[in-house]
This record gives sequence, structure tokens and C-alpha cells, in this order.
Amino acid sequence: MSDENPPIEPGGTPETGPEPGKGGMLPVHPDALRADREAAGPDAVRQPADTPAPQPKRTLGQAFLDELWADNAFTVTLLAIVLAAIVGAVLMVLGDEPTRQQWAYFFYQPGKTLSASWDLVSSAYGNMFKGSIIDPDSFNRWIWGVDNVTWQRVMYPISETLTFAAPLIFTGLASALPFRAGLFNIGGQGQAIMGAIGGATVGFAFSAPGATAWILSTLAGALFGALYGLIVGVLKARTGAHEVIVTIMMNYIALLFLGWYILQKGIHDPNRPDAISKPVHPQAMFPKIFGPTATDAGLRANLGIVLALLAAWGVSWLLRRGTFGFELRAVGYNQDAARTAGMSVGLTLALTMGLAGALAGLGGVTMVHGDARALSADVVGQIGFNGILVALLGRVKPWGVVWAGLLFGAMTAGGLRMQADPGISTELVTVIQALIVMFVAAPMLVKAIFRLRKSPSSAAHVGLAQG
Amino acid sequence: MGEETVLRPVRGMKIAAVAAVSGLALVAAACSKPAESPTSGSSSGGTAYKACMVTDTGGIDDHSFNASTWAGFQKAKSANSAIDISYVSSTSMDQYAPNLSNLAGKSCNYIQSVGGLMGDATVAAAKANPKIQYSIVDNGNGDQANIFPIQFQTQQAAYLAGYLAAGYSKSGKVGTYGGMKIPPVTIFMDGFVDGVKKYNEVHGKNVQVLGWDKDKQDGLFTNDFVKQDAGKQKSDALAGQGADVIMPVAGGAGLGTAANAGSKYVVIWVDADGCNTTQYCSVILSTVVKNSTDGVADAVSKAATQNGTLLTNTGFQGTLANNGVSLAPYHEFDSKIDAALKAEIEGLKADIISGKITVSSPAQPK
Repeated sequence: MSDENPPIEPGGTPETGPEPGKGGMLPVHPDALRADREAAGPDAVRQPADTPAPQPKRTLGQAFLDELWADNAFTVTLLAIVLAAIVGAVLMVLGDEPTRQQWAYFFYQPGKTLSASWDLVSSAYGNMFKGSIIDPDSFNRWIWGVDNVTWQRVMYPISETLTFAAPLIFTGLASALPFRAGLFNIGGQGQAIMGAIGGATVGFAFSAPGATAWILSTLAGALFGALYGLIVGVLKARTGAHEVIVTIMMNYIALLFLGWYILQKGIHDPNRPDAISKPVHPQAMFPKIFGPTATDAGLRANLGIVLALLAAWGVSWLLRRGTFGFELRAVGYNQDAARTAGMSVGLTLALTMGLAGALAGLGGVTMVHGDARALSADVVGQIGFNGILVALLGRVKPWGVVWAGLLFGAMTAGGLRMQADPGISTELVTVIQALIVMFVAAPMLVKAIFRLRKSPSSAAHVGLAQG
Repeated sequence: MGEETVLRPVRGMKIAAVAAVSGLALVAAACSKPAESPTSGSSSGGTAYKACMVTDTGGIDDHSFNASTWAGFQKAKSANSAIDISYVSSTSMDQYAPNLSNLAGKSCNYIQSVGGLMGDATVAAAKANPKIQYSIVDNGNGDQANIFPIQFQTQQAAYLAGYLAAGYSKSGKVGTYGGMKIPPVTIFMDGFVDGVKKYNEVHGKNVQVLGWDKDKQDGLFTNDFVKQDAGKQKSDALAGQGADVIMPVAGGAGLGTAANAGSKYVVIWVDADGCNTTQYCSVILSTVVKNSTDGVADAVSKAATQNGTLLTNTGFQGTLANNGVSLAPYHEFDSKIDAALKAEIEGLKADIISGKITVSSPAQPK
């Protein structure tokens, strides 16, 4: 991938420097060499920097230090998050009226102004952490047995993170997979809605014993999403209709169809005044991963996250080992070459969209069967659109999508707590998420700001250039 | 693929970073024994009374019940400065439960939710925190003692509006459309139809209502509460069929109707007095007011004064009698409406209050 598309260098800055030609040697940078020598100890003396060995074997410690401040995918992503958090902090201070007013007195009370700003920002990010990973206070109380804090209370933030992450991982995969075949799937939202409709309809219409109930409705949701995605794929393959236009329009169709569908007789819940469908049978709901009693304590995390991880594993296997995955990537690189090699480009495109639709459909199913229980007009929220961001942040790789989905899930869960406690609008989380993706999509900017050196593994440019 | 092997060092670093972070978290957590917290219930001393609200997905500035509920909070705050108000918003339905739970953790004394879709989440939260006063607008309380329901017999005020529209119409046709076929919308349309029917009975006329059939419970809907062009489209259709008074029950989409009224038709607005909340006073004949602002403000103020005791769970039923619903002043149309018609409407209002006339709708709260 990056081998075919070498990154364009900004040209001769001392930090990046030209690519060393000989034998994949480390980039020439004084700090790096010093770090190597320190890490490698006396052995390094025998291999001074100006006489490069043909294939130096890097130890884990060396590699760690080399990669630490280089433009590899991980560092760039991490720094993109840091940058977004800094911009977010500025926005918080601007948005909070007392703190903003305090800035008018900056030259009279610089200490007070800075500490007020710091208090606001640290409490906001602190609560974001407490709301998404662990609240040290409740952990401490649980350890010491104070206030009857249960382990459920301690697990609550993690549970929320996993609950929000699961559908995002599905829709993220639904965007990432077509990216690899050179398709932009903007239709995750519509496919998720159709999946939710399929899953919920089977979930309340048929009662089946035990686990078959949720297995059946999950399959139905995946099928509905797949068919909805397949329409786009077939249109693309047969008529050349651009999938971006088609998927955007199909999002509207799905949304309006859902609004109509939930009001129909036999679908609408007759006991409810609102626009909401009948609830799915309790057996059709995904089991909670923290046990059946966990719901009372608000632990919503459910099987959805397990299925999402399985789906990521499946997609990863498909792309690396599967025949179809190979064809998919081949079509993504070069359609003409793939056709010449005897692959059916149209079939591959159609199946890819179908598979993406199934993944997004599973995201929709997770929304209904994980938590909501019934269909309503905005039951899937914005998971389809946020899935595109997750796919980009995950650099359109399955496990990258998992990490990005977990990050976005954590930010959503933490953002809700942040909005309750220092009272910072949850919209800010959306802004920060968008900024992260923006910085990730512009690795040159991050490299320039932090003066990263070129990574020996140079993986920062993988993925986003495709499509 | 090559990248899998070259990425391995990074993966090692990732593991190291994760280990470091979790180590830090544990170190931060495992400090000395914390003091017993007194704030596990509601009343935490005589300081501020914390009233908190969770919006639904419409957001705080939806020109509808989120906005009017928040206005109620602000009104309660301006009357009693010991009330500390705040809100959190929900951008999707799966945020209702965590939002309610976070507010309970923030030791709010009073937690307000809005709309039927938040009903289940509110009941679950109220069960988990029996000492906190909950309240919900436009929904029942599911027999949960610590939820104070705030509901409205909106059909009573809509009935007066229907009578007014029929009396004002020159063409003999009036129209209405809704945002979505759900009871909080159709309740307006039912009352409106009955009011027109009453006018026809009293005056022996045959004024027709376009856009809603009360018996069949079917009519014209935008299926959207935001898009103004959707509202314009529906009102153009109604005006095309001859309607010269139109009542949009579609939130912000109704603005499209008001903006394009010109001299073709006049508008009856809903929820909050359109002369105060929109810039189209010159075309607004009157408004069917659903006074959730005062309903909420009263509930918050009362709950704050009797902090520690729960409100009675019978809740608040807004009617013409307690001014919970009303027909707004005629503003710029005051001189254009026949004095006799105004007097008849006042008479009908008195009859509804006294119980001589009952206005009913399948959508009314029980």
C-alpha cells in the first residue's frame, strides 16, 4: 500500500531528511542515534553511526525509541488526539461564560485566569475519563467498602463505553471494507436503519425459545442491511451509478420508510401514544455481558460488542486470507488489472456492498437488541455517519476500526458525564471527534507541528490515500 | 502483507502504553480510605436546590416542548434564586439512560424529562433513585411514586381555535396538517375539527376542515418537524383547495407555512404564542397555547419549597380552567375579528370550564 504510494516529502527539512538509500538504515538524526546508543549500551560503540551495518537488528527497546517520535500511524494518531484535545480545551474556555469573562482580567490576575481555565479544562477531561474508563473515587469506595458501592458501579463507565462502541465498530467496518475495494459507502446510516427494521420486526413478530430468538433476529437484520447494500452494489456494477450519490439518497429513503413503518397497524405499539413500534421479545434481546442482574445497576454492555469484535476478526481474516478479500483488494487497487486477471469486477463490487450493508445492518440490530428494544424514528442515532469517521480514524483496517470505535464510544460516554458535571455541551465531543479525524487525515500537518522524523516503518500514510 | 511485520514494534509499544495507563489509573485509585459520603440521597443540606433537565433529541432550542420546559426552569429560577438550574442534552435515544444516571450521580434534587420516548428510561431511573423527585412532560408516570407527570388537555384550547377559524373563514374552508401522526400532534387536530363542527351547528353553516378526518384519524402530515419547505408544501396544497385559515402542528416545519402566508391565508400557531416566538405576528390569527412553561415552573418551585417531600404523583393536568392550555390574544387581528365571534368564544370557554361542554380526543391524556 504505502509501497506503491510513497508519501510526498515536504522537501529537505532537517527533521525529515531524504530517505537513506542504503540497506534500510535508520534515518540520520542525532537524537535518534544518541537514543540508540543509550538503549543499546556498549554494543553500539562497535557500530558507530557513520559506518552503517548492512542489516542492523533492532531490539524491541530500540524500535520503541525509534518509533516514539516518528511519523508512524500510532504516534500520528496519538498526537492528532492531543491536538484535538488542545483545540477542544480552547473551545471550552471560550464557551464557558465565567471563565471567558475572567480572561478580560488576564493582565490584572494572570494566575487566577490561568487557574480558572485549568480547573475548567481539567475537570472536563477528568470527568470524561471518569465517565468512560473508571471513576477512581467509586473504585476507592468499592475497595474500602464505603457507601455500599458495588462492583457494578465501578464497571459502569466501561460498560457505557462498550455499549456506545459496539454499533460504531459495525458501521466503521461497513465503511472500511468498501474503502478497500475503492468504494465510498456513505450509506451506513440507511443500511443500519434497514438492519434495525429487519431485526426488530423478527424480534417482536416471532417468539422463539432461548438464544434462537436473538440469533434469528440478528440474522434477519444482517440480511435486510445486506440487501439494502446490495442494491447499491448492483446499480454500481450494472449501470455505473456512483455509489456516493446512490447511498446518500438511500439514506433518506430508509429514514422516511422507518418513520412510515413504525406507525403502521401491527407494527406500532398500541399501548403507547408515541411513534414507536412494539418492543421485541425479551428473549430476542442481546444478553448482557456483565450478567442478567447487571441491568438493574445500569450496566447496559451487551453481546453487541462481542459480535462486533467477531465481525472485525472476520473482516480482517477475509482481507488477509480470503479469496474474496484478495479480489476485493485487487479491484480496489486497479479495476482493469483485476479484470485482466480474470476477476469479475462487477460481482466483487456488488458483493462488497452487500457485505458492508450486512455489517451496518448488524450495527442497527445492536441499537435495538442491545438497548432500545423498539423502533422509533431516531433509534439508530447517527451511527452510520459516525461510522465513516471511525473507519477513517482506524485507517480502514479492521483492528484499527475496533480501536477507533472504542475511542469514539469512550468519548461519547465520557462526553455525557462531562456535560452533566462541569456542564460542557456534549456537542464539543463531536467537534473533538471531527478534529481528530481531520488531523489524522492530514498527517503532514501533525508531522510539521510536532516535528516528527520519518518513521522507519513509515505506516502513517496507509489507507487514507486509497479509495 | 508487509505492513503487518513492520508494524510489530508499534504494537509492542501499544501494549507498553496500555500497561502504563492502567498502572497509572490503579495508582490514582488506590489511595487512602475515603470519608462516608452524605450525598447518596437527595437533600444534601440547606444550600441550593438542584433542578436538572434532560432534553430529548430535539435539543434545547426546538421551539417546542424542550424550549418551553427550559423556559419553565428559568422562570422558577428567577422567582427563587435558591434553585440552581442546568440541563444536559441527548443527541440520540441511547443517551437518555446515561444522561438520567449521570444527573442522579451529580446529586440533582429534581430531574425533568420530556416526551413519551423518555418514559421507560425515566421510570427505570426513578426506581433506582427513589429519593429524587422526577418529572416528565407529556407522559404518564407508569405508577412510579416519585415521578410527577405534567400533561395537557390540549383539545380544549384547539376547540376554541377551530371555532375561531370557522368564524373567521370567508371561503368556508379551513385547513390543518401535522408533523407526524402521533397523539401530541393529533390532539390539536381533533379539537380543531370539533370546534369547526360546533360552529357549523350553532350557525347552520357548512365550513369544511381539510387535512384531518377525526373519525378516520387520518390526514395530512409532513413527517418532519424541522424542514420549512415541507410545511410550505402542505400549506400550499391546502390553500390551493381553498383553505384561508391554516393550523400547522409541525413545530419548526410550520414556520414555512407562516412565512409564505402572504394574503392567501392566515395562520393559527400552536404551543407557544406565535407573536412572541416567531417573526410572523402579522399573519397569526391566534395561537393554541400549551402552557408547559408555567406547568414546569410551578412543579419546580413547589418541589424546591418542600425539599425532602415528594410531590403528589397525580401530577399536573393543564386545562382551560387552570390556564394550562389557552387561546392566545388576537394581537394584530384583534380589530378584524367580529366582536360577536369573540363573545361566543368566551362563552364556549366558560362552558368547557364548567363542564357543560366536554371536548374529547382519542389522544388526550387519561
